[in-house]
Amino acid sequence: MRVNTLEDLHHIKSQSQESGGHSPRDNHHKLTVNVHQGTCGIANGAKEVYAAMVESAQHYLNKDKQPENHSRDKDHQNENGHMGESEYIGEIKNSSHNSLNGIHITQTGCPGMCYNEPLVSITGPADQPYIYGQVTPENARAIIASHIENQTPIYEWLVNTAPIDKTLTAMQDMPFFKNQKRIALANCGVVNPEKIEDYIAADGYFALARTLSEMQPLDVINEIKTSGLRGRGGGGFPTGAKWEFAHNVSSDQKYVVCNADEGDPGAFMDRSILEGDPHRLIEAMAIAGYAIGANQGYVYVRAEYPIALERLKWAIGQAQDKGLLGDHILGSAFSFTLDIRLGAGAFVCGEETALLSSIEGKRGEPRPRPPFPAVSGLWGYPTIINNVETYANVPAIILNGAAWFSAIGTEKSKGTKVFALAGKINNIGLIEIPMGTTLRTIIEDIGGGIPHGKKYKAAQTGGPSGGCIPTDMLDIEIDYDNLQAIGSMMGSGGLIVMDEDTCMVDIARFFLEFTQDESCGKCTPCRIGTKRMLETLDKITEGKGDAGDIDKLEALAHSIQNASICGLGQTAPNPVLSTLMYFRNEYEAHIHEKKCPAHACQEMLSYTILDDKCTSCSLCARVCPTDAISGKTKEPYKIDQDKCIKCGACMAKCKVGAIEHS
Amino acid sequence: MNPGQYEIAIDPQWSTAIDTIVAANAAQPGSLIQILEQTQKEIGYLPENVQAYLSEKLDIPLSEIYGVTTFYALFNTEPVGQHTISVCMGTACYVKGAGDIVAEFERQLDIKAGETTQDGKFTLEACRCLGACGLAPVLTIDGHVHGRLTSADVRNLLENYE
Repeated sequence: MRVNTLEDLHHIKSQSQESGGHSPRDNHHKLTVNVHQGTCGIANGAKEVYAAMVESAQHYLNKDKQPENHSRDKDHQNENGHMGESEYIGEIKNSSHNSLNGIHITQTGCPGMCYNEPLVSITGPADQPYIYGQVTPENARAIIASHIENQTPIYEWLVNTAPIDKTLTAMQDMPFFKNQKRIALANCGVVNPEKIEDYIAADGYFALARTLSEMQPLDVINEIKTSGLRGRGGGGFPTGAKWEFAHNVSSDQKYVVCNADEGDPGAFMDRSILEGDPHRLIEAMAIAGYAIGANQGYVYVRAEYPIALERLKWAIGQAQDKGLLGDHILGSAFSFTLDIRLGAGAFVCGEETALLSSIEGKRGEPRPRPPFPAVSGLWGYPTIINNVETYANVPAIILNGAAWFSAIGTEKSKGTKVFALAGKINNIGLIEIPMGTTLRTIIEDIGGGIPHGKKYKAAQTGGPSGGCIPTDMLDIEIDYDNLQAIGSMMGSGGLIVMDEDTCMVDIARFFLEFTQDESCGKCTPCRIGTKRMLETLDKITEGKGDAGDIDKLEALAHSIQNASICGLGQTAPNPVLSTLMYFRNEYEAHIHEKKCPAHACQEMLSYTILDDKCTSCSLCARVCPTDAISGKTKEPYKIDQDKCIKCGACMAKCKVGAIEHS
Repeated sequence: MNPGQYEIAIDPQWSTAIDTIVAANAAQPGSLIQILEQTQKEIGYLPENVQAYLSEKLDIPLSEIYGVTTFYALFNTEPVGQHTISVCMGTACYVKGAGDIVAEFERQLDIKAGETTQDGKFTLEACRCLGACGLAPVLTIDGHVHGRLTSADVRNLLENYE
């Protein structure tokens, strides 16, 4: 059915809620089993878990008599990454479930708890969800048998119970979620991303309806400006101001572009939004099109995200079928078409002018600004470019008002920020926190601290453009300006935690290797400057550093920052400068003492077997790839230093701790 | 280059496939990257004669097409192995030891990252972030994801493809 009016939208919303085919959050009719299927979940076997759930549920329901169960969406093509048969609904005939109409097995995107994938949540009428973590197909069968058939949850497998008294913790009270505020991620893990009705039932497309029926383009722009929303891709430019520039240029043709070329290594928030809630992006881009006067949009997605791509394609098709994209949206005079362009693996295409070149089918090389894309962008026409997370905030701002949004956050950074929390941290996941939350809250409360009793050393934000935040700055309140002041930056939201085993010189070298490889080569400071910096860092980590190397690195860094054309070059030295600022002693140890304090730089390591601890078990000799270890029964083994390639396999294998490195 | 002066020898099966791809995409502005991507999916890589054929078909100079194929990491101008191993070298994987895993593959396969084994069986790539940091260190073999690995898992992974 095509949606022509606001009433049509309300109709779909209430229908979707009544049928129960809606988000488990407000579902009062059915027992909903929700198998979360983001990339991480699927890679951990969520598809197999889903199949086992459906099979066991069918088996259970068919036990007494033939029920009228049916599967929906069978006509979906099960292409690459596509959910295919995306839900299963069966009627429960068992008398013990009289209060229920049925069992509803559905699939959503990722709720962010990557560390517990694959996740299954089971929600009954008016219940808090029971969340099962690290579910296997065998566990899935047991869960159906115990939790659904016998109505006895398996408490040991739940991730949201108090361990002793078996009470259920509400999702928002779990340590992982307690300090979060989810706006951009509100629907991730809640709605079925392949069902537009689910999104509509969660107030989706109501912001677009409001925009088209009650607001002039300038009203939209003012609302976004007043909200204080700034670009979430890293730069932090005020979104409303960007839209206003494009609005004010008069042109027959304008474009709205979404940067979903999430190239920052260690960031996956855009992927999660595309996989978990693609309609939110579509709605926001249509609103942006209306605000600046564009009728064509492009989403530039990286090819490394096949599932995100499939779900976005599917969602665009659904929005077109419903008339929420295309001509005369919601019966108005506004028309808007959305197309996808595939990124082909070039980090520099995250830079807006390079991205535009790439959409035009050319090499993704940046060009100097001005003119800014808002004046002269895609094929020379006014174009706005925002990132996925920025757009994901827009519908909520339109629906709840600028004042609601600007009440969240700090003075100059409003709203929330999504971070991909990864690296040496217990609770790896995707989190959304109000601006102004301290790094300590993220690491200790949400992240659950550092694994294996190791010590926190640094958190890296801003990816290859950012910096490392040391221990004594854990209480910093995270916002755009505070991070910049300490030599890092917000970036797109990668937050990689490092412990005492991470060498900060090696990390700086890792990022330089990245930016040097990804430099497009157009301007000399970036092309050659990063190469010379990398060579110097290689030298230092190999134990061949010279006394003047630090000064050389600093001088080069400042030249590259000042003279490069685009953001990639201008920020490429940041990882080196920030580690030099906070971990200069590590550089000095590498250069002067030829030691790596974290024992990470292999060239400087030597492995030895401790005679008094060695039990002559020969495990180390068997695992050594170069046969560098030899020994006899009842005699301590020895390492031949000439043959040793310092891979560390022996040390990892030794059960008695008889091998040490220095 | 005058058309006709440069003899383009191309497998007729390839030219038929390319013609279909071009017909489906050429009308869209800026579709070169999509055409190259679909052509590579069909043929496996983008050798010089394929680029030259596309140049004639699309009326885009070969230099420009070559410029695009060599700019983006997605495109290969050399044939790739039967199986492609892509080890994620994003930051989260790197701090959790992805470098050791690449080194172990290099040792086992006796090639460097970016190369293909002599028997054409495996291509080893160190790739950019796969966005699956929860599984770090992670890799894909022919698109199938394997996560939370150590260098000790490398031998087993390879044995599955023997």
